[in-house]
Amino acid sequence: MKPHYNFAYLDEQTKRMIRRALLKAVAIPGYQVPFGGREMPLSYGWGTGGVQVTASVIGPDDVLKVIDQGADDTTNAVSIRHFFQRTTGVRTTTRTEEASVIQTRHRIPETPLREGQILVFQVPIPEPLRWLEPREIETRKMHALEEYGAMHVRLYEDITRYGKVETAYDYPVRVNGRYLMRPSPIPKFDNPKLDRNPALLLFGAGREKRIYAVPPHTPVKSLDFDDHPFTVETWDTPCALCGATGVFLDEIVVDDKGGRTFVCSDTDFCERRREAGA
Amino acid sequence: MSERPLLSVRGLTKWYGAQPGCLDVGFDLWPGEVLGIVGESGSGKTTVLNCIAGRLEPSAGTVSFATRDGHVVDLLRISEASRRRLAREDWGLVHQNPRDGLRMNVTAGANVGERLMALGHRHYGRIRDAALDWLAQVEIDRARIDDFPTAFSGGMQQRLQIARNLVTEPRLVFMDEPTGGLDVSVQARLLDLLRRLVTDLALAAVIVTHDLAVTRLLAHRLLVMRRGEIVESGLTDQILDDPQHPYSQLLVSSVLRP
Repeated sequence: MKPHYNFAYLDEQTKRMIRRALLKAVAIPGYQVPFGGREMPLSYGWGTGGVQVTASVIGPDDVLKVIDQGADDTTNAVSIRHFFQRTTGVRTTTRTEEASVIQTRHRIPETPLREGQILVFQVPIPEPLRWLEPREIETRKMHALEEYGAMHVRLYEDITRYGKVETAYDYPVRVNGRYLMRPSPIPKFDNPKLDRNPALLLFGAGREKRIYAVPPHTPVKSLDFDDHPFTVETWDTPCALCGATGVFLDEIVVDDKGGRTFVCSDTDFCERRREAGA
Repeated sequence: MSERPLLSVRGLTKWYGAQPGCLDVGFDLWPGEVLGIVGESGSGKTTVLNCIAGRLEPSAGTVSFATRDGHVVDLLRISEASRRRLAREDWGLVHQNPRDGLRMNVTAGANVGERLMALGHRHYGRIRDAALDWLAQVEIDRARIDDFPTAFSGGMQQRLQIARNLVTEPRLVFMDEPTGGLDVSVQARLLDLLRRLVTDLALAAVIVTHDLAVTRLLAHRLLVMRRGEIVESGLTDQILDDPQHPYSQLLVSSVLRP
């Protein structure tokens, strides 16, 4: 830990401000709370929102895990983990059940979360209505008045064009029967894990300066039609490394002859299974 | 006809700074009645329409509306949430330019179905059936349900806009120059269609236009506006055949006859 940084990089006043925003976000599940986003020593789009949220909730006793696309060893995950090691000195881990704070991009771990854990999402575009309404003032009004019907136009278009809903990630959800929320670019495979999750789910968008939250055990429902219910992806093959089924698999090209294989996107989950099986 | 007007406007005034948009406008609209508002450009017709439809906030006046459940509400006093709900459920608004009233980047079917989805319909098959039905009603080939409005002609876009508005069976439709920008034969067809729909569905409508021929075909009653004020009102045929006010006389006599 570098002594000339304040604990977790941000100054105490900033962390307080972000914690106030977080409290409000938890009090109103799915509502986007504006906050004074700070310049972080990494570029927008690399997780500035998530990093600020993590910096505000992390304490010296916490154990941190950082994942990017399900993996603990990709560039983004490694640099953010290193950042917090340097600025907080907290213990880090790759094991989901050991971590008290998990910052994530694109995935919810396969290992079920438990009460007391915090999952921090990095969010690129927080506003689910943005694609149909460019004006912020109007989208806020639509949220306030629960005018969400037009969201189904997008699903209608998908079914019309492709015969099913093709939105595969960032699939819109209703939180606690009220606010429409973008679950950040997680695959829709992970949407059911949002529903009544025992962990606290926090979402930070750095560029757009918005924070929102799903408190533990909050109902989260993915949008769908009665005759085209919400479904998640399935794979014909199990993971080529650990043989797991019913998990999210990444497609990996293995040679230049069109050969490909499917492996778990959650590297920690996959490694643990292989260790147990070996 | 029921004994109560659907829409009752009293003392409606809108100032744009020191410039009057409309002054002390008042009228009643009965269920199933079509009212035309005519006048030259800048006479305040569209201002009146926008004030009633909740798109502009008037400076003074009341607009009472009889809701489906039999209550009479003052549209200018109720909350914005209730007003927007009424606008979704009980009104339609047909814009002069179909691009303002349509979503150009989604298919015709989604355009028609959007209001149903906004009212909470969540059955894809039934929404699609309703869209097909309404496309047929406005004389658009059902096979074009999955085409984008950008691929439609101006007249078809305007008819699509009408279908999109009528799919929820509103009781009141506001139309701002519905035939503006269309050539005469397309105009005639659209007018024919509008007349049939208005009669079949017993729609009440407020039609703003500068085209007296349109009002002759569609409107039961006329308001003639000039500089923000109503200068004459009465039955359409009466005003067009025997205008009393000098301005109405001027308006009627300036229509070109081929």
